[in-house]
Amino acid sequence: MRLTLEGVAKRVGAATHLYPLDFALQPHAVTVLLGATQAGKTTLMRLMAGLDAPSQGRVRVDGEDVTGRSVRERNVAMVYQQFINYPSMRVFDNIASPLKLRGDLDRAALDRRVRELAGKLHIEPFLDRLPAELSGGQQQRVALARALAKQAPLMLLDEPLVNLDYKLREELREELSALFASGDSTVVYATTEPTEALLLGGYTAVLDAGEVLQYGPTAEVFHRPHSIRVARAFSDPPINLLKGRVAESGIQLAGEVRLAVRASADAPALEGDTPEAGVTVGVRASALRVRPRSGDVALTGRVELAEISGSDTFVHVAAAVGPLVAQLTGVHYFELGAAITLYLDPSQIYVFDARGDLLVAPQRPGAR
Amino acid sequence: MARIELDLAHSYLPDPKQDSDYALLPLQMSFTDGGAYALLGPSGCGKTTLLNIISGLVRPSRGAVLFNGVDVTARSPQERNIAQVFQFPVVYDTMTVADNLAFPLRNRGVPPERIKARVGRIAEMLELSGQLNQRAAGLAADAKQKISLGRGLVREDVSAVLFDEPLTVIDPHLKWQLRRKLKQIHHELKLTLIYVTHDQIEALTFAEQVVVMTRGRAVQIGTAAELFERPRHMFVGHFIGSPGMNFLPARWRDGMLEVTGHTLRLAPALSEALRAAGEFTLGVRPEYVTLADERAEGALVAEVTQVQDVGTYWLLTARAGETLLRARLNPASIAPQVGEQVWLGVLGPHTCFYDRDQQLIAAGPEPQALRVSA
Repeated sequence: MRLTLEGVAKRVGAATHLYPLDFALQPHAVTVLLGATQAGKTTLMRLMAGLDAPSQGRVRVDGEDVTGRSVRERNVAMVYQQFINYPSMRVFDNIASPLKLRGDLDRAALDRRVRELAGKLHIEPFLDRLPAELSGGQQQRVALARALAKQAPLMLLDEPLVNLDYKLREELREELSALFASGDSTVVYATTEPTEALLLGGYTAVLDAGEVLQYGPTAEVFHRPHSIRVARAFSDPPINLLKGRVAESGIQLAGEVRLAVRASADAPALEGDTPEAGVTVGVRASALRVRPRSGDVALTGRVELAEISGSDTFVHVAAAVGPLVAQLTGVHYFELGAAITLYLDPSQIYVFDARGDLLVAPQRPGAR
Repeated sequence: MARIELDLAHSYLPDPKQDSDYALLPLQMSFTDGGAYALLGPSGCGKTTLLNIISGLVRPSRGAVLFNGVDVTARSPQERNIAQVFQFPVVYDTMTVADNLAFPLRNRGVPPERIKARVGRIAEMLELSGQLNQRAAGLAADAKQKISLGRGLVREDVSAVLFDEPLTVIDPHLKWQLRRKLKQIHHELKLTLIYVTHDQIEALTFAEQVVVMTRGRAVQIGTAAELFERPRHMFVGHFIGSPGMNFLPARWRDGMLEVTGHTLRLAPALSEALRAAGEFTLGVRPEYVTLADERAEGALVAEVTQVQDVGTYWLLTARAGETLLRARLNPASIAPQVGEQVWLGVLGPHTCFYDRDQQLIAAGPEPQALRVSA
């Protein structure tokens, strides 16, 4: 199904929850809505579902105007943060309910379909229990199975894993990805977590303060954010941002650090720009290293804090160029206050102009 | 402040018989005065029960809780002098930020000038100084949670401050800031902090010692590095790390290691250690699986089933025999394609071996971490 929003906005009283936006959802694929709390993700989803009507603009499904039509008249499946099931129905009947409503399956086919879904989501042993007798993760699996049973052309999931354990999230996210990929539905999935967007893949729309800032294939949005706002929203740990100015054949940062930025098809804007123009340099935490390679720029500073997560060590550094966070793979020990030199390959920086728009993105040797 | 010692077990049932009847199986543990600890595990593992036993909200069905050597098992949280911070902000909306922070001190009759000094200091640490005279009602969720944290930390005389998933409602970016704040505050105030969470990143980055729990059992207590590089129990290997450790069934035969149809050479010391076990499980983290040359030493063949661009690295999934293996590959490398055959190195200094009871029996030589000192 093809869902398009044309000039859609949402105001509640004097407050604008969503500024006018045009948005065509990628059909038969997963779209992640990525943004902080209050960015407008839920508002946008409710408009897509027909739970709310927009203050202005049109909503179209396969070209047909459905703007005023309520959710009941549309074929939409939804999953929320809270685990919502029918408390008095057995798990089997919970999953079967949308199928019974449709009424086109005989008993054997219905039974088969419920068991198949329950099997995929690993809740088959609990079909005879009541939702209250299940753990949180199992309850959310029931809600997901019911939404999938509906086989609606549009499936909306609003932070469905946020109330679950970290490990359970990992497991369920993988199962969901596989289910989405094997199905035909257009899926919209809201999250506050950049890593979750990257793991789900598909397409990502970055939202901030009631605006859709960028929409495209997830990896592309991550690697080529159109603006500082997108780069900031789509980074975890937060992207390092350093003030600089354009100088001869490069960028001058604080602390006498100069980054040579090679002229490329990517960076014509920098070449032609007025000298002395203010720019912002973006450096992902993962682009900083403690072992130099040839061509690197050295950034000196002092260790303020080191956080070891096991797979990574996050080092917070008060550097001459400004505060930096480096994400180093594996376990590294640092003494607080110790002098440290971080190394950066200048081809791995982002450059944003004074308005915050992207001028230069990193070259990606590993990209295909 | 206090050193806390536990020697106890707890069941919510009147007459527990088997292991599964216990919310907490018998455990002995001590928390050093001024240390930062995390209790980490999935829901239902017993971490909240343990926290409630430390605070005095739950009385253990067996054993005792000691604060500085004194048995406090029968005492209430007030008598134990415990401060607590919960998952959702607990603030008085009609009061100003300053009054909210001062509340626990006023309640205990601390003189006004001391209150003022302490509130000022805590507010500064949490970057709330500019909002001290504002009413709490109009503040955002993260500012409110900062107030909750501040109220937990404001008293100097507490035995310990207990946190129950305090950052759950906070957005990822703010989590970074608040975690950093908490760590700095711990350095400055030297309070005993115990932090309950299911989020490994929070636990590992916050605490000096992390207690990993599953099914009522504390399976390992250690630093982030120890838990990551030498998980003593397979559960720790699985639960810590994202994705967790890869596990492959393996066995020892004539000094060699048999795994997914390959026969790999073992270092003599390792071979000796594995000989007695016979059959066991090989564990290797995705971070330490390497792309290897064809038929390279310590490598096995696998078919690539998925390649994900996770932004800062490639996440490769490949099938080796019956097992799906994950590998985290450098973003600068050229990632293999789905369907391709690859050789993956699984034997290295970070490879661990587990017996039938999921306990660590052997591992590669001690890894050398990079050390930077002042």
